[in-house]
Amino acid sequence: MQPLLKVEGLKKSFGGVAALRDGRFELEAGSVHALCGGNGAGKSTFLSILMGIHKRDGGTILHRGNPVEFANPAEALRSGIAIIEQELSPVPHMTVAENIYLGREPSARFGGIDFKTMNRNAQSLLDRLEFSISATQYMMNLSVAQMQLVEIAKALSHEADVIFMDEPTSAIGEKEAQHLFSAIQRLKAEGKGIVYVSHRLSEIFQIADSYTVFRDGGFVGAGKLADIDRPGLIRMIVGRDLGEEYIKTNTPTEIAGLEVSGLSAPGKIDDISFTARKGEIFGIYGLMGSGRTEIFNCLFGMDRPSAGDIRLDGQAVTIRQPSDAMAEGIAFVTEDRKVTGLNLTDSVRNNICLASLPEMSPAFVMRKSEEQAASADMIARFAIKAARDTMPVSGLSGGNQQKVVLGKWFQRQPRVLLLDEPTRGVDVGAKREIYRIICDFAAAGGTVVMISSEIDEILGMSDRILVMRQGRSAGIHDRRQTDAQSLVHLST
Amino acid sequence: MSSAENNTASSWLNSDRRRLILQEYGIFFAFLLLVGVLALSNEFFLTPGNISNVLLQTSINGVLAIGMTFVILTRGIDLSVGSVVALAGMVSASFVTSSATAGIAGAPYPMVVALAVGILVGVACGALVGFIVSRFSVPAFVATLGMLSAARGATLIYGGGKPVPGLSPEFRWIGTGNILGIPMPVILLALVFGVSWWVLTRTRFGRYIYAVGGNPHAAKTSGLNVTRIRFMVYVISGALSGLAGMILSARTGSALPQAGIAYELDAIAAVVIGGTSLSGGVGRVTGTLIGALIIGVMNNGLDLMGIQSYYQQVLKGALIVGAVMLDQKRNQGL
Repeated sequence: MQPLLKVEGLKKSFGGVAALRDGRFELEAGSVHALCGGNGAGKSTFLSILMGIHKRDGGTILHRGNPVEFANPAEALRSGIAIIEQELSPVPHMTVAENIYLGREPSARFGGIDFKTMNRNAQSLLDRLEFSISATQYMMNLSVAQMQLVEIAKALSHEADVIFMDEPTSAIGEKEAQHLFSAIQRLKAEGKGIVYVSHRLSEIFQIADSYTVFRDGGFVGAGKLADIDRPGLIRMIVGRDLGEEYIKTNTPTEIAGLEVSGLSAPGKIDDISFTARKGEIFGIYGLMGSGRTEIFNCLFGMDRPSAGDIRLDGQAVTIRQPSDAMAEGIAFVTEDRKVTGLNLTDSVRNNICLASLPEMSPAFVMRKSEEQAASADMIARFAIKAARDTMPVSGLSGGNQQKVVLGKWFQRQPRVLLLDEPTRGVDVGAKREIYRIICDFAAAGGTVVMISSEIDEILGMSDRILVMRQGRSAGIHDRRQTDAQSLVHLST
Repeated sequence: MSSAENNTASSWLNSDRRRLILQEYGIFFAFLLLVGVLALSNEFFLTPGNISNVLLQTSINGVLAIGMTFVILTRGIDLSVGSVVALAGMVSASFVTSSATAGIAGAPYPMVVALAVGILVGVACGALVGFIVSRFSVPAFVATLGMLSAARGATLIYGGGKPVPGLSPEFRWIGTGNILGIPMPVILLALVFGVSWWVLTRTRFGRYIYAVGGNPHAAKTSGLNVTRIRFMVYVISGALSGLAGMILSARTGSALPQAGIAYELDAIAAVVIGGTSLSGGVGRVTGTLIGALIIGVMNNGLDLMGIQSYYQQVLKGALIVGAVMLDQKRNQGL
């Protein structure tokens, strides 16, 4: 059978640096194909060439056996190749139907838009795909997961038969991800080819039929997922044996580090109590919107709780604003490093020093030497790969950016570390290093509270796990006495 | 960036370094080029008298533009500076006038009193705007547009719509005097520039300003008091507008109710030409100073060539847009 999409020898360099040396890929109709690789493996370059965003330097792309070349994404879409991007960009003040048919609205008399036909077509498309979304809803009222479904509908309205999905689950919850997967199954049954790009290996094993691995801009291998196991795939992605994915080196003590009792914020969280011990990694698992991040916001003074006590090392503390929390030795690695963690336009050094400026420079004038020393220290300690520490942090890979955020907080020598999705969008190798940093901190007697929506990560790293459901606690469970099924069950 | 371009670049400097130099000093080279062209085309341009004249003409816009830089670095804008110039100039003038009708009781007071009053008026206007912007999350464009109108109205009310003439010679010295032959306004501009440069590059507060402009959310999670920093930049801009207002009335010898109209536009133009990003977090006060000098030199040069001031405005417009276009290109990578 002829493959739906066949790519051979794809090459691309940026400014003399090869981003893609040998991109090879083969997609069968009616299958889900996982494209795997660490940050910098060449996946994004590969996608952007196929979408017509970048021009290739060499290689061939065959779509249904015909060589193709796209000058822009619109051309790619017209020939039937669509992409659901990681960061969606819908027009919020337009309806679902208007978004689907943007730029191709059916005309009515006198050059107007035939809204009736447009809405009817959009609705029948959504219904056929069994997405329970109304075509006349405004886009801004949809959840991220629903917007993705609309994007899929849009791709199909273009008669696309190859659909790329770039990290589609990075911003949605477990339950919504399962909805997305069943939508993918339906597309597969219709004979479409889906290319699934994700760092989350458990998803890949759940949804995909075959895989292709890129590393350092080159093709490493491909095959059926049925013929490979998880450690085998990891070995291909990172190029060496990583051994155990999660190595815990910390042992919880019996001394309470952070005690939270009866924490409530109206409409967000209700009566949350837990005690995280010194040396413990305390996990919080829950869906998006379950109130998990809101707990951290209350603990760190970003939100004002209406009730509840917080004790640190047995002492009651009052936290009104982030600087109070910081003075008590709490550090908060936020969920989205680009939005709340980093000043992307500023340098690596300034970002590392950002939370410690008063301590480093007690007088009004800054002490450059201390800042230099602090940044050199953190770069060495966390093996941050940066050409120089005065380069903008936007030029680093996701994993290294996340290490800069960690460095910013470790510079303050915290007692309690609050981690919200510490490895989101980070490749397997960097993940391992971040886990090591977290474990070392706990092993040295620090208290860690970690939110994650990756079930393997929460089970692999945490000593005990608090499950959040609709703003309330659904119980605290020991890692040895629970499993993935029961956590997902409790959280929904 | 194509690989061919990269190869030629590495022959004299690697592309990374070249890009850095252009980013740091591109605006300075443009300024030197402009000066060179004008010097070659007009022998009068580089005479001490004319240089002094250009600096004098640049001083008021320079002071305003430096205040504007603080605001724009935090993603804000201050449209009210022109009106605050008029209000501060008018109020301070009423303390040093010898006119019986326009002055307040007991005038003329010593210059120092008027100086303090003028700065205070600017600080008050800035504090009100800063309070509204930082506490109530009113867009800076709207809050300062309101102040643009309100401060102009206050000026007209305060002076009854009439100028305040007959300012004391002591006060006029701020605008017309000199130290070692350097005009006072130029000295004041140099002082303001020096202190601002030091604050923005060497102090914690300066670092906070860049952090708030670069990413206010990250600044907040890092424990910075974003509200107070936002408030402070408007106070700074207001205080410098007050100073500029006094330099203006001291130079002209009387405070005019219609002084400073559209000054905010030249100040924003200088900041933008100087390479400061309107989306915040990126920019330098050195760039702003050169931006202000470019505007001053261009106006002066065109005057010397005998080109009508109407054409000067068209050229200035082209310069502003051109500078930002170049900036965009530069940021996309060379």
